[in-house]
Amino acid sequence: MSRNNNNLNSNRSALVLKELIRHRLFIPIAFLAFLLLINVFINPGFLGVSLGRDSSGNPVLIGNLINILNNAAELVILAIGMTLVTASSRGQDISVGATVAIAGGVIMRVLCGNETQPTELHAPIIVALLLGCLAGMACGAFNGILVSKFNIQPMVATLILFTAGRSIGSMAMGGLKPKAAAEFGYYGNFIPGFPIPTPILITIVVVAVTFLALKITNLSLYTRAVGINDKSSSLNGLNPALIKFLTFVILGLCVGIAGFVQASRVQTVNPYTIVPGIEMDVILAVALGGNSLSGGKFNMTGSIIGAYTIQTLTSMLTTLNVNTNAVPVFKAVIIIMLVVIQSPIVKSFLGNKFTVLKSTVGDGKERG
Amino acid sequence: MSILHNVQDTGRIEVIQNKLKRENSLTDTAFLLTITISLFIAIYALSIVFLGDKGFSKIQMFFNLFNENAALIVIACGLSIVMITGSIDISVGGSTALICTACIVCLNNYGFNFFTSLMLALAIGLTFGVVQGFLVAYLEIQPFIVTLAGMFLGRGLVALIEVNQIQVKNAGFEMLSGARILIPFLGDINKKGVFIQSKLEYGVIVAIIIVCLMYWLLRKTSLGRSFYAVGGNPQSALMLGINVKRTKFYAHLLCGLLAGIGGFLYLFHTRSGSVQQATGLEMDAIAASIIGGTLLTGGVGNIFGTLFGVLASGTVLLIVTAIGSQDPWWPQITRAAMLCFFIVLQSFICSRKK
Repeated sequence: MSRNNNNLNSNRSALVLKELIRHRLFIPIAFLAFLLLINVFINPGFLGVSLGRDSSGNPVLIGNLINILNNAAELVILAIGMTLVTASSRGQDISVGATVAIAGGVIMRVLCGNETQPTELHAPIIVALLLGCLAGMACGAFNGILVSKFNIQPMVATLILFTAGRSIGSMAMGGLKPKAAAEFGYYGNFIPGFPIPTPILITIVVVAVTFLALKITNLSLYTRAVGINDKSSSLNGLNPALIKFLTFVILGLCVGIAGFVQASRVQTVNPYTIVPGIEMDVILAVALGGNSLSGGKFNMTGSIIGAYTIQTLTSMLTTLNVNTNAVPVFKAVIIIMLVVIQSPIVKSFLGNKFTVLKSTVGDGKERG
Repeated sequence: MSILHNVQDTGRIEVIQNKLKRENSLTDTAFLLTITISLFIAIYALSIVFLGDKGFSKIQMFFNLFNENAALIVIACGLSIVMITGSIDISVGGSTALICTACIVCLNNYGFNFFTSLMLALAIGLTFGVVQGFLVAYLEIQPFIVTLAGMFLGRGLVALIEVNQIQVKNAGFEMLSGARILIPFLGDINKKGVFIQSKLEYGVIVAIIIVCLMYWLLRKTSLGRSFYAVGGNPQSALMLGINVKRTKFYAHLLCGLLAGIGGFLYLFHTRSGSVQQATGLEMDAIAASIIGGTLLTGGVGNIFGTLFGVLASGTVLLIVTAIGSQDPWWPQITRAAMLCFFIVLQSFICSRKK
């Protein structure tokens, strides 16, 4: 009897372990924990957070973790939109970096007009934010029309703005490199007297709104349905073109917010160098979050954790004195490894190897 | 070279050839090719009429079009082949930047000469082609993801090798790359009334030879025909006995090899290397292929169309520069607008066929 119990217990713990490993969030969380461990190993004080004071004497939180949470803001916001686009259109938008440049350019133009060193803002910040979001959504709508109406592969369609976007951003700024007045900087740094960096707060708001929208509306269900099979979803009364278009516009909105945060960080925008290579980071975040890059089901939490993982990796590589331009090498290798693991051929190959293991666990499940 | 093992299979290929001839020769390929060639001639004629004083009336301007675009022609040929097979490669800009910097470092510091650096360029291109081809063809990963990673890998490796912009400092290489062919009887008379013969770079000869070779490969060999068959419909190609995976692999391999040659021609022309070099080259090559009538959906395309696609987009860029806008953003925006126009046009053609 007791032996039987023991057997059952060991089976159960094996089952729990197996289910943990097979959980969708296992890979991103394990990878994040692994990176944090390496960081702690390199620098034992890595996890410490302290309250300091900035140059003007306001209280600010200082620490590596705070930096990662702060710098990951754009990545998280973009990853949310990219997850939806990936799920519905079975492809990725590679123009996000370029469209962030457009949104940032519009915001700077609205705030600074034609001056290079304006002492005060030319328009209320909320107007700039709205116009920036509008510019981002216009870009998203352009991509969305090409994808949904003309049936062009998402990556080819977004290749157009990928090339032109940074130039359009420069055009929107009129070729100037203005620096906005200091109060615009509150949204990318700190609001005086409040110790938490504002981008973290903005991220929390965006994430909360996203989850609320996914919970309340049918967006999540419709996106999945279109991504899994757009013909059958249209037979069920959905309009796949509209859903795809909508996800691209949502990504455009995310681009607008990300452009606002990014522009506010240094109160200036260089369209040619703003957020370099972020399209790769965003796609990587989505893939790392356990989402299939060929559409269908998606996991928003996974993408967000994936985004923080990428930012941790970036900051770790920067700590190790890797040149900023060379950082993509490591990310490219990781993304290749991830898609190789995700590929059906490798999966079935590995599946054959582990059938024996699976069948034993399956037995345990039946008995339990 | 041949992927076929018996006579029976050769017969099957001929069936596809005939089918393709009937279906495509007078509809898509010829139609799109005619559009491209007439577009190029029209644009160039118009620019001679309206912008003659900006240099378009000079014969050298026409040859410069080739001199500037020799590398792009070769790279666009590779992309056309990949696109005909129904795949895509956006890593060519990254691999070009990598080839330039790696070759310059070796030429300057490690005593490489012209031929060893050429071998290095080919090796880099082939490596990209083999790895990406394997991942795309045999592991069935989306080509866009694989080659996007390749693009960032290439540029990142440039930064690992050398962060700053560098120039070739190798007497032998500089002498070879400075050499020009003088075209007999053709030339322009300059302001002092002296006749100057037109000059052509040697890279252009290589590019033209490669265009002809690729035309032959796509039209006359079984491998070339199977590229079309796989791109048109992989399922039926499989049923006709074509090894679809291997064909896709060969297409990427060929594209990598051509990117290697193209990257070397790029170096041969510019003699410099930097992280930001050849930015957007992949986009130019894709645009040229699309303008030249290669369908993104695969199965339709013509190498001569690609050649004229490069020339047409090159002419448009020359015009944009000649109109003398001081703003640096117009060339990129014009390129993207052209690409957009042709992508939408293709989409119309495809939907009309259905």
